[in-house]
Amino acid sequence: MTVAVQIEHVSKRFRKHSEPAKTLKERLLTLHKSTVEDFHALNDIDFEVYAGETFGILGHNGSGKSTLLKCIAGTIQPSQGVIRVRGQLSALLELGAGFHPDLTGRENIFLNGSILGFSRTKVEEIFDDIVDFSGLEEFVDTQVKHYSSGMYARLGFAVAVNLEPDVLLIDEVLAVGDEAFQRKCIERVRGFQHDGRTICLVTHSPEMVRNLCDRALVLDHGNLLHVGDVGDAVTIYRRSLDPNFHDGDGAGGSLHEGQSSSGDSETPTPATATNGDPNGSADSDEERQRLVLDLMGDKAPVTITRSWIDGPSDGRTAFRPGDQVVIGMSFKAPEGTMVRARLSLHSHDGVHLVSISSWDIRGADVGPTSADNNIARFVLDDLPLLDGHYLVTLILQSPEETMEYDRREQQLSFDVHSGQPVHGRVVMDIALETTTDSEVPTADEAPDAAMPSPSTSGSPSIAT
Amino acid sequence: MTAVNTVNAPDLPPLLENRAGPTRLATRLVNIWNYRELLGNLVRRELKVKYKNSMFGFLWTLMNPLLYLAVFSVVFTLFLRSGAPRYGLLLLSGLLAFNLFSNGVTAATTSITGNGALVQKVWFPREILPIAAIGGELVTFFFQIIILFFGLAIFGQSPEWTMLWLLIPTLAVTLLMALGAGLLLSGLNVHYRDVQHFLDLALLTWFWMTPVVYLFNLVGQPFIDRWGVGAERWAMLNPMTPIVVIFQRVIYNPTNFSPEKQQETFSLMLQPTSWYLENLAISAAFGFFLLFTGLKVFGQLERNLGEVL
Repeated sequence: MTVAVQIEHVSKRFRKHSEPAKTLKERLLTLHKSTVEDFHALNDIDFEVYAGETFGILGHNGSGKSTLLKCIAGTIQPSQGVIRVRGQLSALLELGAGFHPDLTGRENIFLNGSILGFSRTKVEEIFDDIVDFSGLEEFVDTQVKHYSSGMYARLGFAVAVNLEPDVLLIDEVLAVGDEAFQRKCIERVRGFQHDGRTICLVTHSPEMVRNLCDRALVLDHGNLLHVGDVGDAVTIYRRSLDPNFHDGDGAGGSLHEGQSSSGDSETPTPATATNGDPNGSADSDEERQRLVLDLMGDKAPVTITRSWIDGPSDGRTAFRPGDQVVIGMSFKAPEGTMVRARLSLHSHDGVHLVSISSWDIRGADVGPTSADNNIARFVLDDLPLLDGHYLVTLILQSPEETMEYDRREQQLSFDVHSGQPVHGRVVMDIALETTTDSEVPTADEAPDAAMPSPSTSGSPSIAT
Repeated sequence: MTAVNTVNAPDLPPLLENRAGPTRLATRLVNIWNYRELLGNLVRRELKVKYKNSMFGFLWTLMNPLLYLAVFSVVFTLFLRSGAPRYGLLLLSGLLAFNLFSNGVTAATTSITGNGALVQKVWFPREILPIAAIGGELVTFFFQIIILFFGLAIFGQSPEWTMLWLLIPTLAVTLLMALGAGLLLSGLNVHYRDVQHFLDLALLTWFWMTPVVYLFNLVGQPFIDRWGVGAERWAMLNPMTPIVVIFQRVIYNPTNFSPEKQQETFSLMLQPTSWYLENLAISAAFGFFLLFTGLKVFGQLERNLGEVL
């Protein structure tokens, strides 16, 4: 695979001045006292983004994800290491960066295009697309300073994505504009993916990573916690958000120690251990799981030991709508604890279908538990889903839901094949009533049109 | 960041490299060349924005030298009685050259701090900003020079046509110096905002040390009195002096006037072409030194511009 972005042992240190001395006088006055302190924004980050993939960069505030993106964009230089970007790069660090308020939309499109490194001919070629996409046809000859902030952002996004760079960097800018424009942006990003362009997306929204990304990494206080599978990334990211995460034995740096003590000298960080292995072998999975558990210490007494889906009854590889699906997990917990089990389903394109807990189902939690092995099974009778690939997340929480003990994020999945040409995702009982002018509608006459049911193979007749 | 064409993968687009440490000078120059279109657009932006919301727009650029021409002609022929005939034309000949330098350096110095948002968000060769600032001043300069030539025509005065080519190397040296100083100061100004205030004073001093308002004879004569004929050369060690004097010699052209007047007022300005070239060469050497220093210092400072801004 071609590497589009290569990050090689990149570290970034910032000088932390108590108060940045801006004038010479201040510099001279503060010369004698060295208030300078180094702040490590990135520690030895090493990964690759392949051409054509959408790569998520997850991390909490201050984890260094924006610094990383700026290093890729080239606006700041790493203290150590090298970043290589193949192809034309366009960075959406801030929408409309470089717009001049006194210039018109048209003038700014050309100016911004050349700031991003594209030729005038190229911008001329796609000028209409840009204007079309932004939906600002009427205002293209208006000075940008008269634009609303939404219009400003729309024009900025339109320029950046329509220039069709080989590598696009996005820094949480998709959250601008109204819903319609957001949808357009997502569509555009999908178009990018379809064209085989490379995208790096910085966000702290796991949903967005799950919806859009092929692989992802997780940053925590400048350390790389994970590179690879998106589901794992989300799990690890959620853990890194837990305030207890760093109480175990210090900051993320302990992860490195944990790794090196595991004796594998060829993999200096856990990140490289899973790098380029989207599915994560059982070994590295368990290893990471163990590392994270080590970090959490005694605070994670409840852990999922196994999870499974009972396959279709007759040995098929996929379920049919209406089948019974059983999703189970076994877990360890201290004797006599009450645990809330939660099931969450997503479609492969990230739509959240359901999240339901033991309390929702039967008004009671699971337990009291026995010391060694407990099993909880979610039984879905009459599966109401149509064709697609579905992802399962299993979660164990404390009964008050103040704490999450453990989760298996989208490690299980199943397929549904109805064998019918259908559109949509959900099975619904939908009746069709037809009337002509002379008739009075009666519900009885309407054929039962539960959509994929094999009995409705004939096309329903619709009155004209 | 560095743009490198990879040898082993010729079909792939260029590889951008962002590594720790300063970027090689040659690579930076290549980058600037690759972004020349942006340079053009930024110059265009500077000019557009300058007069965007004004009714007369670009006419204001021309008003400035016209006003100088009128006011100084009146003041110096009626009240101050300068020895130079049509003093306005003489003043403007030198002033436009000096203004190109001083306005260029001033614009370049604030070009990076003024485009902070851009520098923090998008990468492009940072040198483009000061270069574009000077480019904008150069365009203004050309328009003003046109006004000056109109002024010459109105007074029935002609430039020294045979020496007109001398303006090209002179202009080049002016730009060289402005660029060197601009690069040096624009980078420094990000770290110490004192630079732009200091610059105002420095340029003001420099202006009055250069024979723009007064005649070169006034500067040269004391040297001759002391060390004899030929010592006026020392007065040329101010790198702006040869530039201003060449502009005055070629455009204002003292040979328009009677031989007596020439001897009386402009004797030291009437030198052979080689004399101008020799002195210009010294300015050029200074310019190259400035440019080299500017590029070096800028290369060091450029690395963390995005953070310090």
